[in-house]
Amino acid sequence: MNHALPVQAHGCRNAPVLKERGQREVFCGLTGIIWLHRKMQDAFFLVVGSRTCAHLLQSAAGVMIFAEPRFGTAILEETDLAGMADAHDELDREVARLLARRPDIRQLFLVGSCPSEVIKLDLSRAAERLTQTYAPNVRVLNFSGSGIETTFTQGEDACLASMVPVLPETQDEQLLVVGALPDIVEDQLTKLLSDLGISVVRSLPSRRSSEDPGVGPETTVLVAQPFLGDTVAALAGRGAKVIQAPFPFGEEGTTLWLRAAAGAFGVSETTFNAVTEAPRARARKAVKAAAQTLSGKSVFFFPDSQLEIPLARFLSRECGMQALEVGQPYIHKGLVGPDMELLPPETQLSEGQDVDLQLDRCRASRPDLTVCGLGLANPLEAEGLRTKWAIELVFSPVHGYEQAGDLAALFARPIRRREALAL
Amino acid sequence: MKLTVWTYEGPPHVGAMRVATGMTGLHYVLHAPQGDTYADLLFTMIERRNHRPPVTYTTFQARDLGSDTADLFKQTCRDAYERFRPQALIVGASCTAELIQDDPGGLAEAMGLPVPVIALELPSYQRKENFGASETFFQLCRHLVRPVERTPEVSCNILGPTGLGFRHRDDVEEVERLLGELGIAINVVAPMGSSPIDLQRLGAAHFNVLLYPETGEAAARWLERELGQPFTKTVPIGVGATRDFLTEVADLAGVSAQTDESRLRLPWYSTSVDSTYLTGKRVFIFGDGTHAAAAARMARDEMGFEVVGLGCYNREFARPIRALAKDYGLEALITDDYLEVEEAIERLQPEMILGTQMERHIGKRLGIPCAVISAPVHVQDFPARTSPQMGWEGANVIFDTWVHPLVMGLEEHLLHMFREDFEFHDEAGASHHGHRAAQPTAHEEAAPDGVSDAGAPILWLIDAERELRKIPFFVRGKARRNTETFALEKGLSQISIDTLYEAKAHYAR
Repeated sequence: MNHALPVQAHGCRNAPVLKERGQREVFCGLTGIIWLHRKMQDAFFLVVGSRTCAHLLQSAAGVMIFAEPRFGTAILEETDLAGMADAHDELDREVARLLARRPDIRQLFLVGSCPSEVIKLDLSRAAERLTQTYAPNVRVLNFSGSGIETTFTQGEDACLASMVPVLPETQDEQLLVVGALPDIVEDQLTKLLSDLGISVVRSLPSRRSSEDPGVGPETTVLVAQPFLGDTVAALAGRGAKVIQAPFPFGEEGTTLWLRAAAGAFGVSETTFNAVTEAPRARARKAVKAAAQTLSGKSVFFFPDSQLEIPLARFLSRECGMQALEVGQPYIHKGLVGPDMELLPPETQLSEGQDVDLQLDRCRASRPDLTVCGLGLANPLEAEGLRTKWAIELVFSPVHGYEQAGDLAALFARPIRRREALAL
Repeated sequence: MKLTVWTYEGPPHVGAMRVATGMTGLHYVLHAPQGDTYADLLFTMIERRNHRPPVTYTTFQARDLGSDTADLFKQTCRDAYERFRPQALIVGASCTAELIQDDPGGLAEAMGLPVPVIALELPSYQRKENFGASETFFQLCRHLVRPVERTPEVSCNILGPTGLGFRHRDDVEEVERLLGELGIAINVVAPMGSSPIDLQRLGAAHFNVLLYPETGEAAARWLERELGQPFTKTVPIGVGATRDFLTEVADLAGVSAQTDESRLRLPWYSTSVDSTYLTGKRVFIFGDGTHAAAAARMARDEMGFEVVGLGCYNREFARPIRALAKDYGLEALITDDYLEVEEAIERLQPEMILGTQMERHIGKRLGIPCAVISAPVHVQDFPARTSPQMGWEGANVIFDTWVHPLVMGLEEHLLHMFREDFEFHDEAGASHHGHRAAQPTAHEEAAPDGVSDAGAPILWLIDAERELRKIPFFVRGKARRNTETFALEKGLSQISIDTLYEAKAHYAR
């Protein structure tokens, strides 16, 4: 096995974190529906919310996304706000209509929103009732994607956590990879894990509900996305063992992630090296090309998708960048602790947000690259700062060896573009 | 409760944001949960604005609901005032904050800030984006307008343009030019382009030019009542409407309506022989009330199309659109339900859609060309070039925009004649489109055959089906539909080549 890069003791795991409260410039958890409804091909996501929720869903990717959507919003109206009994009847009617129109739907998620939570509309009761009505054809689950409960990627966590109680029980030894990944990435990582000799590798979420994995005491969970705290806790609650590892971004991250799985399944060093050597070399080569642009440059992360700490680790250790501030909506050390240990101790971590104060710090530190949401990117560009929109990191295949070069290139492109333009 | 897949309008606070973002010196403090900040990207990404909208959100979370969200609102208000030092502040609640009833207006007024604080009551569960913009602009006028002397020279205000408006930027420029040619001075353009201080002297103008009734009519009516300023009723989209508008303006200003039409190319382009193929093209029109009405007039009178469907999504304009549709021998479609619009288009099988970005999607699915005439907006609706809808240049722009999605004159004939050429066949699409034109989708190809009176399906005989496939794709759907309708009317259970051509003769015009 190659030697890992030198690691300072505990990195910034125990470094002080700047905690702020103020205006948060992040999406709510409903946004997760935009990728989840594509990943889970027999699922429909019905938000019970307001016109704002519907408007968010069609605007969140920056432009309107026009594919035949498997999501919709049951918009609460004045009459629904008056009495609870009404709202449940109305919901039943809208669900009946929807399922009549979309007989291909096998799982329906009722998704709570800010208004449905404030009026305390009990969607779990609705889900139970509707499950009884539509079983066995359609399974109805509920979770909250509301902004008062969840930020951006936490919506996926809430969704997957809602599925855990209904996963079948299994006593088989298996590895369960948790987190929605682009199909191509899921296939690559599954193949690597199988090649290591792990005989059963399953994914949550699966592409269709008929392929749902089981869970049980012989299940080992490997988390692929750094925002799945509730899901992991729920799986642990069903007896699964959870592996801790840095997240599979870049050559180093992917190797450490795979190695953690290899360790749990007793894979030999020889096998591990034989399986990973070639893709590791490819990943290093691909990252090196983009790292030429990135090396020596500074980067500032606004909180967005919870990928910030693992990505800062990738940029600082594999691309030679200096992370000035790394903000996350919240920091869950149980998930990102291993990544924090690999970050230089002087990295300023921040949790929560007061966007105006953070913008002041960003302007003062003049980073070479700022990773931020769509609401901030163009205004910062206009001030002469190079930016990378964070949402692209969530919507692009970036995990694993074969995407390591693409991931580095996503960060390099705004800098290269600025150098290319003579304006 | 109403199931919505796509929405034509956002919530009303987004309308208020459109007003605030178009203006300078105004700041909006919005009581809203975490996540509602998504609305910033409408302006920074779709409209490509280079600054953040002047909006501060309280972004409360569940833990704040337990403590005091009213304090959070007041603190946010104070911080926003200190940081941005606006000339005036608007305050309000988004849908969720409306439910927790903190009364942002009352709280902010009690804070004693040294600038005007205007409370917005925008009922999120009843009204929508256009109402929000209109009400916000109206309240700004009501609170800020001061009595002032009229200007010595004849002048007007231009009312209605907002941030994120469909071609508002370029319409204003074009209309300013037209007014300049008549020798009329512009006092204030508002809300977009003005500040609260500018609004104070709205009363100096002799009359108002109302460009967008959706966002400006409430204010225009109030100014008429309070300050005696008449306002224009014609929206200058299209040749005829622009001429009518100039006559109306000239009357209000007491000047001659002599204008220079040398920039106007639409009449000749529409008259020239190349445009003959446009004659009688069946178009379906849907958008906001103002743009849909203007498009109907242009489509019929200036392009020679046949209007087969007309509607709008904003119920505030249901009455005029219904009346207008009647003039066209149609029943108006007034709905904000995207699926209903889709159903109407599928049923009518128009040759072209003049709609919004939503209808563009419907057109893509059904293989029907579509040109965009109205909000809701998309990043493509903010082109780098000047591209107005109003005035002479607007008419020119619209001619090009509407012709572009169609397969052009002689090319259409050649496709009819040589549709089996391996390179130049109908499914290759129009030659001026880089990509392949929309294909008839599997849906259309697999369109269920009609059902006869007896309930038995109508059978397409193999020869007839083959003949149908020889018809170019852009009219095939209509031919299928017409033939089936014809067969149903005649009580036929199967369609032969003869039925196909009898139907063709029956529907010939």
